[in-house]
Amino acid sequence: MIVLRIALRELSAALKDRLHGFRILMLCLIFGVASIATIGSLRGAIEAGLNSNGRVFLGGDAEIELSYRRASVQEMDWMSQQSIQKSEIIDFRSMAVASGTSTRLLTQVKAVDNAYPLVGDIVLSGNITLPEALAGQNDTPGAVVAPALLRRLKLNVGDMMQLGAQNFIVMATLLKEPDNFGNFALGPRSIVLAKDLENSGLLAQGTIFSSKYRLKISTGMDLDALQQRFEENWATAGGKWKDARNASPGAAKAIERLSTFLVLIGLSGLVVGGIGVSAAVRTFIAKKTSNIAVLKTLGATPRQIFWIYALQIIAYTIVAVILGVILGASAPFLAHPFLPESLKAVAKISLYPSALLEALTYGLLAAAIFTIWPLAQTEQIRPANLFRGGTPHRWPATRYILVQGALLSAALWGAVQFSGSLPMTLWLLGGISLALLVLALMAGIFQLALRKAVRSKALQGHLALRAAMSAIASGTERAGPVVMGIGLGLAVLAAVGQIDGNLRHSMTKALPEQAPSFFFLDIQSDQLAEFNQRLSDNEAVRRVETAPMLRGLVTQINGRPAAEVGGDHWVLRGDRGISYAENMPDSTSLTAGEWWPEGYAGKPQISFSAEAADEIGIGLGDSLTLNILGRDITATITSLRDVDFSNAGMGFVILLNAATLQGAPHSHIATVYATEAAEVPILDELGQAFPNVTGIQIREAVLMVSGIVSSIASAASIGAIATLITGLLILIGAAAAGSEQRAYETAILKTLGATRREILISFAMRSSMVGALAATVALGAGLMGGWAVSHFVFESSFKIIWPNAGLIILGGVGATLVTGILFALGPLSQSAAAELRHRD
Amino acid sequence: MSEQNAVDLKQVYLSLEGNAGKIKILHSIDLQITQGSSCALVGPSGSGKSSLLMVMAGLEQATSGSVTVLCEDISSMSETQLAQFRRAQVGVVFQSFHLIPSMTALQNVATALELAGARDPFDRAQQKLADVGLAHRSDHFPKQLSGGEQQRVALARALASDPKIVFADEPTGNLDAANGASIANILFALIRAQPDTTLVLVTHEAELAERCDRIVHLRDGRITEGHRA
Repeated sequence: MIVLRIALRELSAALKDRLHGFRILMLCLIFGVASIATIGSLRGAIEAGLNSNGRVFLGGDAEIELSYRRASVQEMDWMSQQSIQKSEIIDFRSMAVASGTSTRLLTQVKAVDNAYPLVGDIVLSGNITLPEALAGQNDTPGAVVAPALLRRLKLNVGDMMQLGAQNFIVMATLLKEPDNFGNFALGPRSIVLAKDLENSGLLAQGTIFSSKYRLKISTGMDLDALQQRFEENWATAGGKWKDARNASPGAAKAIERLSTFLVLIGLSGLVVGGIGVSAAVRTFIAKKTSNIAVLKTLGATPRQIFWIYALQIIAYTIVAVILGVILGASAPFLAHPFLPESLKAVAKISLYPSALLEALTYGLLAAAIFTIWPLAQTEQIRPANLFRGGTPHRWPATRYILVQGALLSAALWGAVQFSGSLPMTLWLLGGISLALLVLALMAGIFQLALRKAVRSKALQGHLALRAAMSAIASGTERAGPVVMGIGLGLAVLAAVGQIDGNLRHSMTKALPEQAPSFFFLDIQSDQLAEFNQRLSDNEAVRRVETAPMLRGLVTQINGRPAAEVGGDHWVLRGDRGISYAENMPDSTSLTAGEWWPEGYAGKPQISFSAEAADEIGIGLGDSLTLNILGRDITATITSLRDVDFSNAGMGFVILLNAATLQGAPHSHIATVYATEAAEVPILDELGQAFPNVTGIQIREAVLMVSGIVSSIASAASIGAIATLITGLLILIGAAAAGSEQRAYETAILKTLGATRREILISFAMRSSMVGALAATVALGAGLMGGWAVSHFVFESSFKIIWPNAGLIILGGVGATLVTGILFALGPLSQSAAAELRHRD
Repeated sequence: MSEQNAVDLKQVYLSLEGNAGKIKILHSIDLQITQGSSCALVGPSGSGKSSLLMVMAGLEQATSGSVTVLCEDISSMSETQLAQFRRAQVGVVFQSFHLIPSMTALQNVATALELAGARDPFDRAQQKLADVGLAHRSDHFPKQLSGGEQQRVALARALASDPKIVFADEPTGNLDAANGASIANILFALIRAQPDTTLVLVTHEAELAERCDRIVHLRDGRITEGHRA
């Protein structure tokens, strides 16, 4: 009871002092816990949204997707038997042309039937329904298009546009398309009726498209059983199954990965917050040294001392963690209006107790982990040591080290559970620990070096510099926690900046030098000769490459399901572009095996990408079963090739001998290399000559992809900035904790005749030096991290993005300098006599 | 040769803001201290002797009155002018030593010399430490030194740049008798070695006060008595 009474007495005194000395501890915890609670709540909101809106996002209870073909009559009959209603959607890319002009734009066309949408509502501009809009006017079929398409084609509602050879009247703009969640498209959406495309020249045999069959089933029908029947009946048809239970697996996976990443960034913020908490507790204990000494002199046991101060820290921690949870729980509600539209559509903002409980647990764990050490050290100190002043630096008792170990293990286990990814958690926490270790080590080395350097005669006469160096060397500037706190945030920011900059550079600057200007899709065999002729007549065209193009799915490897052998490798995931060739193309280099002889018409043979084969674990002699246009073709790998994807040219992982596929309906793909100025005229000319051919301008596509990369980088930067803010809190905490020391030093220096300017310069110098150290080490760590990710993950070259590096250094020095100067102004304005009188 | 005043105070008043409002510390102080002499300020606790010393050292601004030290009217000086005046002319020793904790003994002493613009400040600082018997402790930080040693460093620092006037605020107040006596001996020996240097000493100890040329008594912020020792 005596412990509780003394703790309460000290707590009440601290409250009267408006929690002075505990504000940083509490702010660090509040901020860290709020970040985790916010991320967890947003993740909960998105998951709940995905689960409850699965039918709407899918557009039905189940969906069967076919590549490159529409369902056969038998397949349609089967679907009718299994469902109470079905709808067919054909999805493909085409060029939309503003009628009467040469303005054209890539569009993602959704050709639907009258049953669409089975579930959910399409929202259009104006007072018109989808059937009314698609019906059109005066015998011209109608289309609804995304606002971006209208804007870029300079069209208005009521104007005409062309898809292939077919005119459409734009009846409305598409404001909401619920079954498009999580889909990636290179062009804005157009919706038309499939039957209206019959005379368009699009969707000819060999055109690249996918057909989706949405099924509505009767209430009570078992989706599991239906899926099983699909797998039995469609085993060789190449259909892909999706149902409302996991309507957007791609989006769900992307969100899961992003939230894992954000959770881990949140945890790194909490680790930095923990360093702040630890520094604050050390300052608190240092200030309580004389109280502890007196209590020990009066007979308080080490354990009583521990609990008197532990109880106080626990009280502050509980209040801070609860405030953090409240803030984190409210943040999604407050942020909702500012969320991107795609997230707003899916997120079901609410209170998610499990997310809040996770944040609460983490806050308490972090507080315990980072406070137990400095608290336990008080036990090791004799009263005489305490009266002499100074902070204890001895190891705590073994039992505390064991408790610390147990808490760390619990935190690690929790982090894995929370993030849902053991490897990512271990990599990130390992990276954070390494970065913190390097930062702490560098801070220590820097202090040691300054301790030696400050004795140098070369510093004679440079009082401001020498005083600054002495202060850092002696630890009064708390360089350790400041460098760790600021440094970790800056390191993450530097790494993100370097990765983002390198990716952008490789996409927007490096790539176009060797990349083609266009991809042309859906060139029919009878159009190929004229297509090539037109381009060869054009002087602006440097090079044209064409290849037959089919799409197919690798279903089996050596007679076993492909996934069993190759796992989740990207080549085995979904359908791939497949080509054929009679002779070995000029640029091809074989790494193993032999190319089939000219005129070969024997058993199907495959030339496979050497790198992909190595990753999947297959090689010469292995057989692959490919489902192409619903037909299974089993072929043997007879050669392996180098396939270079880095120049965005034509690179097929799977090439078959010509005789195997020549007879199958297919189109051709072309890559065209031309001067930038000639790109638009070429697109216009070919667009007019071949309305069914789709041209993708690489420059536009790259800009779009780099926009997506930039959004991911922005999300990561927000996380890093949150960590940096926690680092700034530590900086402020250190500056606040050192203000008494600074006031004392100022008073003495004034007594010796130093001017305010000289003292201010010295304080500015020490802040800048600590900031520069933190920023330099952080930049080193960030560059290493950036290089590692560029080299190992993106397999691209790495160059230092100097403007970003400069910003990191400027940011580090600027933050510490401004904080240092702000906290120096108080001591500088105080009377030396008053300060010294207070010390006597 | 006429005697010049090192300190000349006329009608000096000092009031400070306290928690309970304005407190009058010094009242109507008129005091002259001759150059090259030593003067002890004595009186009970709270009589204003330390505050008077702070005013004379330019560390406290008098509320009113004229404060002339070494022929300079320091009451009208700016903070910067005061700093420059102190670094060139004044040495101060405190009861609580007030060494810069982040600097070694040598660095503490050298700092005063650097501010005064001295050549070879570290060599001279080392010599000053030797003068107070602490040459072997020059690389130690204040917390590694005893109270007596810390005060000897403070003395070396105060006298390092050969100031014209030394203000010592209870220099033996925090020390035991032996250490106190040792510090007093060193202080007076160093002062005597520089005959032009004026010493103003605040003390409770009658014995120490009597070693000065003159004793000034204060009570409730007023000079009650002044006599030659």
